[in-house]
Amino acid sequence: MAEKKRLRRAMMFVPGNNPGMIRDCHIYGSDSVMFDLEDSVSIMEKDAARFLVYQALHDLKYGKKELVVRINDLNSGLGLKDLEAIVKAGVHVVRLPKTDSAQDVIDCEREIARIEAENNIPVGTTLMMAAIESANGVLNAREIAHASDRLIGIALGAEDYVTDLKTTRSDGIELLFARCMILNAARSAGIDALDTVYSDVNNEEGFIAEATLIKKLGFDGKSVINPRQIEPLHKVFMPSEKDLNKARAVMGAYEEAMAKGSGVVALNGKMIDKPVVIRAQRLLELAELSEVREVEEI
Amino acid sequence: MAEKTFKLEEIPHVSEFSNHGEFKATKTRNTATFQEKGQSKDKVVGSLEEAIRLSGLKDGMTISFHHHFRNGDHVINQVVAKLAEMGFKNLTLASSSLASVHAPLIEYIEQGVITHIETSGMRGELAERVSRGLMDFPVIFRSHGGRAEAVASGELHIDVAFLGAPSCDPFGNANGYSRDDDDSIMCGSMGYARPDARMADTTIIITNNLVKFPNTPCAIPESDVDYIVLVDDIGDPKGIMGGATRYTKNPKELIIAKTAAEAVKAAGYVYDGFSMQMGSGGASLATARYLRQMMIDEGIKCRFALGGITGQIAAMHEEGLIEKILDVQSFDLDAAMSLKKNHCHQQSDSPTYAAYRREAAVNQLDFVILSALEVDTDFNVNVLTGSDGVIRGAIGGHPDTAEGAALSVIVCPLTRGRIPCVVPKVNHVVTPGSVVDVVVTEQGVAVNPARPEVAEKLKAAGLPVATIESRADRAERSVGKPDPIKFKDKIVGVVMYRDNTVIDVVKQIDED
Repeated sequence: MAEKKRLRRAMMFVPGNNPGMIRDCHIYGSDSVMFDLEDSVSIMEKDAARFLVYQALHDLKYGKKELVVRINDLNSGLGLKDLEAIVKAGVHVVRLPKTDSAQDVIDCEREIARIEAENNIPVGTTLMMAAIESANGVLNAREIAHASDRLIGIALGAEDYVTDLKTTRSDGIELLFARCMILNAARSAGIDALDTVYSDVNNEEGFIAEATLIKKLGFDGKSVINPRQIEPLHKVFMPSEKDLNKARAVMGAYEEAMAKGSGVVALNGKMIDKPVVIRAQRLLELAELSEVREVEEI
Repeated sequence: MAEKTFKLEEIPHVSEFSNHGEFKATKTRNTATFQEKGQSKDKVVGSLEEAIRLSGLKDGMTISFHHHFRNGDHVINQVVAKLAEMGFKNLTLASSSLASVHAPLIEYIEQGVITHIETSGMRGELAERVSRGLMDFPVIFRSHGGRAEAVASGELHIDVAFLGAPSCDPFGNANGYSRDDDDSIMCGSMGYARPDARMADTTIIITNNLVKFPNTPCAIPESDVDYIVLVDDIGDPKGIMGGATRYTKNPKELIIAKTAAEAVKAAGYVYDGFSMQMGSGGASLATARYLRQMMIDEGIKCRFALGGITGQIAAMHEEGLIEKILDVQSFDLDAAMSLKKNHCHQQSDSPTYAAYRREAAVNQLDFVILSALEVDTDFNVNVLTGSDGVIRGAIGGHPDTAEGAALSVIVCPLTRGRIPCVVPKVNHVVTPGSVVDVVVTEQGVAVNPARPEVAEKLKAAGLPVATIESRADRAERSVGKPDPIKFKDKIVGVVMYRDNTVIDVVKQIDED
């Protein structure tokens, strides 16, 4: 089911031309799966991959997973064909690649609305996310984030971005500006900020370091390219027992104050500000959602 | 000698304890040095041919081999080629198992040298041909415990055992490694060769490494050995064992492994002093990795690990997490090295491991983690034939450990490629569902309704418990229903349960 607000810690890339992975991708525990029709599919296999992903969305059951499809660039001549297929099949979120401006989002949304109307799908059902992969895109991040009500989030696509910057990926310093821009833009629009992939699958330590960094910055989650990255990522996002106890105490004090009709929340003699309450609430929600072990419909 | 002070017939009841009469004289003493005696090598004969002649082997008899050299074995092909050259016919080949490397046997079967086969399993070209009707007499498939039982009872009488050994002294003390050097071939434990050496009418050791007496420790003692043949080649070290079995990186197998570890824990079988066995498949092996972490986190130890042993189990032993290892077969070089150097890592023979009619180590297992080619909604497991009906596996200790252990756990993906692995009915039953407790897939865990208490504990621990039927449905929904395999009427294999009753038959595949 398409939901604008939900947990999005790990979004797992699944090449659209790999039937085995498409069949099993829901078992690894990521919050979202993203079928890719773009860069992981060679030009020779674009039609086959689109057909495969269409059938998967149409026929297979993925439980409560959020189903995302990364389409090809609308200007490539392939993107529109991708949209026609996946919107009709009921994709939850369309991931727009290489978004440079708000206009890119608006153009895509117009096509989605048309396809929805033509297929008797209530207009507005299909959600969107925009991947920002260039200097232009980063500088336009705020406008992009505000460009459509359908947007659930904006994401950084680092490989193209560092090429545009004339650098390469290293310790993350090269991405700091883009990450901060995207994060602030997303928060300004009230949507999710999603980080790029970490490509060295066998370097778990490096992956955890990067995940810890983006969590500290404030990101909601990250794209992953291998199921083995999901559990470490979830661990990074899982609040500690100490933090949870503190949050529970804060919420207890808050509820007590509300019950008394008091506007002032105090805990252990200290006054608690509203942002502390909001953070505590978020933390508990995150923990609750993280604890749920999905037993697929049986 | 002093004058005699007794008369034999005056000793009360003498006939009841002595048949050898009065002492007369000692035998002539051999005063050569130990070094010189070692040169005489009375059991070492000049050639394989001479050993065969001396053994008294005749047409129609049974010859036995072990499978500790796995796919690197050069002993079976070498011996059977020699037997063919010497004109033997109508022999029964009883090996503890067979591998792809044994494809040359096809020629000798066609020539009538080998007319009967007893084994735990079979793979490659030989298995393909057997499945297509190569032999008139069906191949008898026994579990390791079942074979030990049949050898002990005489049901499988071995006339001549040809046992390859990586080390042997001139008196016949043979072993799967040598503490005299670090360069020779190793196979680690020789657990499956030991009952053959003990029970065969004649035992011939085939070695490329004749070491000085005493070859200690030994798997096979000199008292069980009649002849020794020194050859250049017993096998390919790389095929006999790889350096280390690595943990799988396959994410699906890792999910299965993690779930399996959580399941045995939830069922109450991971406690301080527990016992376990791991199969050799990717997921069952990876289960050890998750158990290891649990043991460290909770500060508990395993009393013993049993069965085919890998480097991972050996490493946990060296870490102090597993107190003792009973090793019937070493799966990799790291395991063999551990057997060589760690005194609480011991060889176990197949009767001690898995015999059916007396106490065996499998009965002391808390749990066993086993793989499967397919499992059905009655929990029956097939580990012998593939989805095309062709023989491509081995029974091994599967039914022995499943029945012996307090909790038997099958780890099996729901599908492999386009083939469902949880199915309404397996093609061939190797291990009956009555001894299978839990089936762990990457999409849910099924518990045998015969163990409701286990199901409750797993559910309480938050494990995704589902019915086995729903898992078979799920498999079918994702990959479809395969056409049934077509078989002809001819029976090409007979599957024996561990008590040596017939549990199933394998028929010739029909490709017409």
